Amino acid sequence: MHEPGILMDEIKESSAEKPIDYTGAKLGMWLFLFTEILLFGGMFLVYAVYRTVHTADFHEAAKEMSLTIGAINTVILLTSSMTMALSISAIKKGSKVRSLLFQAATVVLGAAFLVNKIFEWREHILHGYYPDSPELLAMAHGKILYFGLYYVMTGIHGLHVLIGGGIICFMIILTLRNKVSSADYVKLENTGLFWHLVDIIWIYLFPLFYLIT
Amino acid sequence: MEQKQEHFIVRSRVFVIVWACLLVLTGLTIKAAQMRMGEWSMLANLLIASTKASLVLWFFMHLKYEKRIFKLLFFVPVMTITIIIGLTFFDIWYR
Repeated sequence: MHEPGILMDEIKESSAEKPIDYTGAKLGMWLFLFTEILLFGGMFLVYAVYRTVHTADFHEAAKEMSLTIGAINTVILLTSSMTMALSISAIKKGSKVRSLLFQAATVVLGAAFLVNKIFEWREHILHGYYPDSPELLAMAHGKILYFGLYYVMTGIHGLHVLIGGGIICFMIILTLRNKVSSADYVKLENTGLFWHLVDIIWIYLFPLFYLIT
Repeated sequence: MEQKQEHFIVRSRVFVIVWACLLVLTGLTIKAAQMRMGEWSMLANLLIASTKASLVLWFFMHLKYEKRIFKLLFFVPVMTITIIIGLTFFDIWYR
């Protein structure tokens, strides 16, 4: 009769402590990021093969890209990665307001990236470069492939920026409610890992689409 | 000891320095592309991109301060992609 009581007490005690499996949480996030690397890796493979087959067409098509917008977007994403990392350092040190400001800055920079991307896409579409457009279909096979890959790869990357920004907004709410704090910040760290991976993918997309003229 | 390492707080200055390096490398990659070195410029661009990616992984993604298992596991997707791309190109080049 006595034993179940002890057991109940033990369970109560352990749930009150709320042990956080820090390494497990991070490992899970890294495993997810590996699947993301393979997802984009597949697309990079397709790009590499078609670029080898249609080298001249790819170089010609890349002249349609605006190097300025590409470079600005690279700087924006690199800076947003830094603010993300700084927000995690801040929460670890216990400075909540500082962390919130850096998280907000990251969201703003992510939004700026997407706005630039929209203007860029709009420009291409106005020039008649969009999937299945008559202007594009009349061009060389390699150019069609280049623009197809461009829209798919920057599109899926843009979707990741959008999702990442949404998750950071969610983290801002959790930080405000002290669910993310100096005692438990692994959610914010994992969000940061996702954001940095999106940055790394752009680091490769930028030279592959903008710098091959 | 390991616990301490895992929760290591990186100083803000480190992040700012890494960010500055990333910006310099971005400028470098644009310069390399404009030098018209043919196939070499592609190689230079990929090398610079990989250096930038490593900086982000090592410092921003905290890999430097993680347990060894994280560093080792990272080679799994990288090697997988390297092998797949390598084998595909054997087909493309020697077809």
